[in-house]
Amino acid sequence: MKPALQRRLPLIVTAAVLAVLYVAAGLNYDHFFSLGVAADLFTDNAALGIAATGMTLVIFSGGIDLSVGAVVGFTSILVATLVEKKGVPPVLAAALALGVGTVLGAGMGALIHYFRQPAFLITLAGMFLMRGSAYWISTDPTGLSHPALTKLTLWDWPLGETAALKLSAVVLLAVLVAGGVIGHFTRFGRNLLALGGSEQSALLMGLPVASTRIGVYALNGFFASLAGLALMLNSGSGNPRDGIGLELDAIASVVIGGTLLTGGRGNILGTLLGLLIFGVIQSAIRFDGRLDPAWTRIIIGALLLGFILLQRLLGRLGRRA
Amino acid sequence: MSQPPPLLALRGIGKKFPGVTALAGVDLTVLAGEIHALLGENGAGKSTLIKVLTGVYPADAGEIRLKGELVRPASPKEAEQCGISTVYQEVNLVTSLSIAENLCLGRQPGKGGFVNWPAVRRHARTALARLGLELDVDAELGSLSVALQQMVAIARALDLKARLLILDEPTASLDEKEVGDLFAIMRRLRGEGLGIVFVTHFLDQVYAVSDRITVLRNGALVGEYLTAELPRLALVGKMLGRDIAEATHATGGTATQTPTGAPLLAARGLSRQGALHPLDLEIRQGEILGLAGLLGSGRTETARLLFGIDQRDSGELTRDGKSVGLHSPREAIAAGLAFCSEDRKHEGILPNLSVRENLIVALQARQGATRPLSRAEQDKLCDHYIRALRIKTASPETPIKNLSGGNQQKVLLARWLATRPALIILDEPTRGIDIGAKAEIEALVAQLCADGVSVLFISSELDEIVRNSTRVVVLRERRHAAEFTGTDLNAPRVMQAMAGGHQAHD
Repeated sequence: MKPALQRRLPLIVTAAVLAVLYVAAGLNYDHFFSLGVAADLFTDNAALGIAATGMTLVIFSGGIDLSVGAVVGFTSILVATLVEKKGVPPVLAAALALGVGTVLGAGMGALIHYFRQPAFLITLAGMFLMRGSAYWISTDPTGLSHPALTKLTLWDWPLGETAALKLSAVVLLAVLVAGGVIGHFTRFGRNLLALGGSEQSALLMGLPVASTRIGVYALNGFFASLAGLALMLNSGSGNPRDGIGLELDAIASVVIGGTLLTGGRGNILGTLLGLLIFGVIQSAIRFDGRLDPAWTRIIIGALLLGFILLQRLLGRLGRRA
Repeated sequence: MSQPPPLLALRGIGKKFPGVTALAGVDLTVLAGEIHALLGENGAGKSTLIKVLTGVYPADAGEIRLKGELVRPASPKEAEQCGISTVYQEVNLVTSLSIAENLCLGRQPGKGGFVNWPAVRRHARTALARLGLELDVDAELGSLSVALQQMVAIARALDLKARLLILDEPTASLDEKEVGDLFAIMRRLRGEGLGIVFVTHFLDQVYAVSDRITVLRNGALVGEYLTAELPRLALVGKMLGRDIAEATHATGGTATQTPTGAPLLAARGLSRQGALHPLDLEIRQGEILGLAGLLGSGRTETARLLFGIDQRDSGELTRDGKSVGLHSPREAIAAGLAFCSEDRKHEGILPNLSVRENLIVALQARQGATRPLSRAEQDKLCDHYIRALRIKTASPETPIKNLSGGNQQKVLLARWLATRPALIILDEPTRGIDIGAKAEIEALVAQLCADGVSVLFISSELDEIVRNSTRVVVLRERRHAAEFTGTDLNAPRVMQAMAGGHQAHD
């Protein structure tokens, strides 16, 4: 097998799985093949997609971030409370939330780097911190009624007579493009992959390891907050329970997309495909109406396992070649 | 006539670590357009010297001059900016990225932090072309052989304005053809006026490619020689710190009886790619078989293959004439083998556990977890060995890390003796321990032999191996080079076999 082909094989397999799922669902359920359903894939999974993009970059560097879902919940309730109960202008509240997410990420990155702690533990602590803070702000959801927020909630970008992209979906697309550019066309993005491939080599090559690692957690914190805003707008309310387990769905999308969990290899396009696989399974089950929604997770679990084994197999083939 | 200053001049370099003087008054001079071999046995100070040169450690004394200019690199990056580039034995690149990317990481062409991929590929092709390599720059680095990865590493090292290239054991994992390709590239670069420092254990390679040689021993400079004017035997003498003339009166000590019994353990065609060429070896009942050779000659590799730590590619092992697998240390232990590693700290002691726990662990492992040794049995074993080997410890419950090196070694010996092995492999058992403890360990080895235990004794100290062995097999460049017993067994002959080459009688 040609090396270039072998390198892209996980991506090709992911794309094929997505195509098979999409076509199968379209043939089985009336009206599945419509622009509206396709657009809803992006809207319904906006928060997951934004978080998964950030997570992809963190995983490039060989790291992990478990605090993402908690940051989503925190952002959601923080902004809703500030705007609805404290009269803070929405722009200011959103900026504050994005700032908190970024600073938290940078702090966790610094702890991981300078104290040589496993990312798993530091971000686990971050997760408890943020989820706890979210409940401390309020244990109950707060509905959005501020005119500017309702306007944003209702805003959409029409794609024809029956289809439209909500604001959250537009943000998701922008984040995906930004993530792709950062990951594939900037030194920072390539340094992430080098760091994930071999930290020792990255150091000896004179790459800025500290700023790269701290930077990627900061960026991911920013994306997590953004995902929180998207979820809040989509649901029309701030809820401290938003995003529970979201980081795990994000990790699953990333891995199904062909990015190596141990770092050093991957791409953003794969994460988009992984996200769409999530979305198609969910929509298909909703269309069917008979299947329990729990099947989404069961199928995702099976796919995840399959992709991990596939990567292992490819890794072995690659070494033998 | 005033000569231009040499490319690199190290003068009086000194480096101390707590309790050890790693380098003292070392000079090294490398000219532009030469390949300069840096040689020495374990602990000679080669790697410390290279780390000083590449800015990993600051020197305590002395100066580094590049083309007459004083430099003081404080990091590998600064050294690179001065024009000193290094390629290590372990390829320090990222295998999951493409060749092009590995050549350009950290210095990609492009503006404002963005990467211009077409320029990256062009740049990579140019860098490879300089070495005469034509590779698909988009291929993943990990899909290349180690040899090609090494060449990519060299291409990367040369990418900057490198004037001095340090190759730190670049050939350790290459096969013969690959070594040839590497040499071709080294000669090509020499032709371009680059100075190359070449660190290797293989004397054949030194003579094949280098112009001059600097020899270090125990952190001090032995001398600098023209390769063409230094016979192989003289070189080995300098590395080992022995004069050829003075070496003549050391002879075999315990080599009184030549054992003739059937082999206890025999290897036929034992080999492993990159570690050992096919080797035949027999160890007889109750003999001390010394395994001699220079660093990198394949001694430790042989031991690791026999004990099943590394897997052999080919070869057959027989124990008392019956074929045995020995594919894992577990099988080897079951067959009555024991192995004391040369790396006592990492592969020997369990530092935080007590002397008692360290001592019983091999025996307990052999018995299996379902049949635990009772505490009384453990205490009895400990008392026995602490007395028999005169292990100096406050109590059997003292953590082993608090013991001296010599006493740690005795505990490790006791660990294996408790399993009552038929054959014990001792890899550098006296390294890093004081003279008194050395003598005790040597006496113990002789005692073991008298008790009918076979010993495979590996040491880089020539006198020690000649003094203690009943028979010595010499390895050179990962092959069987010679074998000596009885009156043939003396230091000069062993040294000559270690050196190899064609000057048998100089």
